[in-house]
Amino acid sequence: MTESITVNINGTSYSHEVEPRLLLIHYLREVVGLTGPHIGCETSLCGACTVELNGKAVKSCSMFAIQADGAKILTIEGMAADGKLHKIQEAFWNEHGLQCGFCTPGMIMTTKQILDRNPNPTDQEIRHGLDGNLCRCTGYQHIVNAVKAAARAASA
Amino acid sequence: MATTTITKTEKLVGKRIRRREDPRLITGTATYVDDIKMPGMLYAAILRSPHAAAKIRSIDISKAKALKGVHAVFIGEDTKNAGAVPCGASLPGLRVPHHNLLAIDRVYLVGHPVAVVVATDRYIARDGVELIEVEYEPEAAVADPEKALANDAHPVHPQWPDNVAFTFHQEGGDVEKAFKEADVIVKQRIVSQRLIPNSMETRGVVADWKAAERSMTLFTSTQAPHLVRSLVAQILGLEENRFRVVAPEVGGGFGAKIQTYAEEILLAWISMKVQKPVKWIESRRENFLCTIHGRGHVDFYEIAAKRDGTITGIKLKIIQDLGAYFTVLTPAIPTLSVLMMPGLYRTPNISADIVGAFTNCTPTDAYRGAGRPEATHGIERMVDMVAAELKMDPAEIRLKNFVRNEEFPFPTATGLVYDSGDYSAPLKKAMEMASYDQLRKEQVEARKQGKLMGIGLCAYGEICAFGPSPATPAGGWESATVKIEPSGQVTVLTGISPHGQGEETTFAQITGDELGVGIDDVLVLHGDTSMVPYGIGTFGSRSTAVGGTALYYALQDLKAKIKKFGAMLLESEDVTYANGQCTDNKTGKSVGFKEIAAAAYRAMKLPPNTEPGLVATHFWEPPNFTFPFGAHLVVTDVDRDTGNVTIRRYIAIDDCGNILNPLIVDGQVHGGVAQGIGQALWEQAVYDDNGQLVTGEFMDYTMPRAHMMPWIESGHTITPTPVNPLGVKGVGEAGTIGASPAVVNSVVDALSTLGVRHLDMPLTPEKLWKLMSAGRNA
Repeated sequence: MTESITVNINGTSYSHEVEPRLLLIHYLREVVGLTGPHIGCETSLCGACTVELNGKAVKSCSMFAIQADGAKILTIEGMAADGKLHKIQEAFWNEHGLQCGFCTPGMIMTTKQILDRNPNPTDQEIRHGLDGNLCRCTGYQHIVNAVKAAARAASA
Repeated sequence: MATTTITKTEKLVGKRIRRREDPRLITGTATYVDDIKMPGMLYAAILRSPHAAAKIRSIDISKAKALKGVHAVFIGEDTKNAGAVPCGASLPGLRVPHHNLLAIDRVYLVGHPVAVVVATDRYIARDGVELIEVEYEPEAAVADPEKALANDAHPVHPQWPDNVAFTFHQEGGDVEKAFKEADVIVKQRIVSQRLIPNSMETRGVVADWKAAERSMTLFTSTQAPHLVRSLVAQILGLEENRFRVVAPEVGGGFGAKIQTYAEEILLAWISMKVQKPVKWIESRRENFLCTIHGRGHVDFYEIAAKRDGTITGIKLKIIQDLGAYFTVLTPAIPTLSVLMMPGLYRTPNISADIVGAFTNCTPTDAYRGAGRPEATHGIERMVDMVAAELKMDPAEIRLKNFVRNEEFPFPTATGLVYDSGDYSAPLKKAMEMASYDQLRKEQVEARKQGKLMGIGLCAYGEICAFGPSPATPAGGWESATVKIEPSGQVTVLTGISPHGQGEETTFAQITGDELGVGIDDVLVLHGDTSMVPYGIGTFGSRSTAVGGTALYYALQDLKAKIKKFGAMLLESEDVTYANGQCTDNKTGKSVGFKEIAAAAYRAMKLPPNTEPGLVATHFWEPPNFTFPFGAHLVVTDVDRDTGNVTIRRYIAIDDCGNILNPLIVDGQVHGGVAQGIGQALWEQAVYDDNGQLVTGEFMDYTMPRAHMMPWIESGHTITPTPVNPLGVKGVGEAGTIGASPAVVNSVVDALSTLGVRHLDMPLTPEKLWKLMSAGRNA
């Protein structure tokens, strides 16, 4: 049994027949071939799978692909435009906001939401905004620096 | 700005250069194991035991086999000749349990693999697992190492009823005399609890057997691809030169990916059976249960000291929770604690005993620091307790007992030779940054107001740059090949296997400086056994100190050859090579690096006794370990009403020798400190009496999150090591080792007014609240 869905991902429209039980993260990774979002826990606790869905950061391991029917999705692959990195990506690079890089796509998508909602967050607001995303490498300090640098770059 | 733009002649080493590995990682285009897809690839899912100890009465796989999309189902009987999980450590009298790839007649931990389903996609593979029916006969389990050693304990392995895997004894000096002549003796039982490494990427394997070529390709999330190749090829009886292991992008390891695991052997074996590529990706639940755990010590310390604070002797008994079977280093880890037990202190008399206990739990093995955090936590807690006993300041007792600068190289009572150091420098620097005397005054005032404010110190040492080959289970050298291409671009192949540590950048910095080329002309490759020469891998803070040194020497060989070609082109016998130019010392005429590279490959003419081409390989055997050190200072406030600990200031002063890239070093310290604070305050693998892992998901196991972490003020002193020409010591584990004792010492200091002398980790709000509530009731 399958159902048909149509999703706009990073500006391109996709239509597929999918099993109702297929998770959105598996749809993105296995069906569409976007392997930027990662699977760290499958329980919504680590945030490595974070994508933007209809303007909100969501954990794509915790919803079904069919629930995304008709949605507009932005993944890490859609952040750079015209061969130019997004300011948040540049900031993560400049500030050493990543080490192994596995949590990074989720961190960057979450950062986008933090800054969309609050262009000049305090350290504490940044840390609370990042709470749903686990990183085991950085101790978060350089990630916080990256979010601040991205905020500065956006307001410059 | 955190980073520096480099012009070509500027030195690269020492600069905060942003990482060269990042563009693929920040765009989501890096390739981790689960991103690999092959034509016809099948997916494996593993059925695991829900019991910690049970006999298997029967397994019925018929329904799983009948499921559409299932290609094969295997049980223990099928794999009984396929080998076992290897242990590389050897100790006299060690009892090594045979760990089959899949359980045969009994299981001895929750998560023990029992059957594997191979199917066309991961959903069907998991459906298949659900359809397997296993009848177990549960038995009593033991999940606590002290209980495991009790007389009436249930044996984890029936053939060894005492649950003792090994005992180990080491002593140096005359410890009995030291204790007889001591003014004070301080005793304490100290626990370093079991932790779960939790790299953000779980383990995963893709195995691809090609029968016609007798070739195996294994993509695996590992820190040591060559070791995996050697072990799996040997276990399965395959030819090593036709066995390729690739560590693609690896999403963190922290020691938990040094091992060769059952699934790596199993997937290779399955690919041969089904004649197709097969993928297995560990779920997070499996990662909690089946990837190694760290720590798991119960330590019994006794310290002998003189009235003036001189520490004269240390006795230590370690009960090591080994788990149910061994992975590659399991029994060796506590021996590192013994080596490290004197810390930075001169203490000439030591005695140590280890009892390795089997439990029905996940094996313990190397987790960031591996044996050294346990030892450092122990000695640094004990030194504070001795200071309290003698009414000395904790800084004073440390300064009094440090190895002195003129004593290096310093032979320890445990048989090591500390390379170089200025142990008081980081402690003094941390105290200066914190305005220590002022802080103590502030604390007096805070206490008058009934506030629980603590100041904690830790002065830590490490054993890094593993290491001299005779002291390691698999060789401790490292390799590097440098290829200068005809275009003058440079390719570095390294035997280390970085997974976040940034050597694609730091090794390019070393190469750029040595050859006088721009960093953009250097590419550093690693992790593919078909591409790089045999290497040992990335662990034990060894990559730069050992692998970087191999690279350094390969570059010296190449520079000598470049000079020969330069001299030939300049028709001179007296040339200098610097900044990418070979210059005739007499005429001042010069020829550039690119021109020399082209001439070396075009080979129209060759210097005497010189072969064409510019390629050099160097294998470097380190003559000693390196011994980084440092001091952390932590100011905490404990909330009387909630038991919550707030870290007000965290100062980390590390001395890792010379620093190649301060940006990367800061990142290593921050991440290490986070894991050390995690152990001090929140993290713990909790098993119930039945051997069930209670903290088996992120919901129950408290990982440090962004809002829980303090701001870390990091700084450095620099004492180069004489062990390698780069003067680097290693920094991967430093933060973790320094953090847990500094935090616990701070909290104990805060609670000392309530009569608290020692607390075992983790210092959760619940634990502190209960303690303070009991105090109030009494």
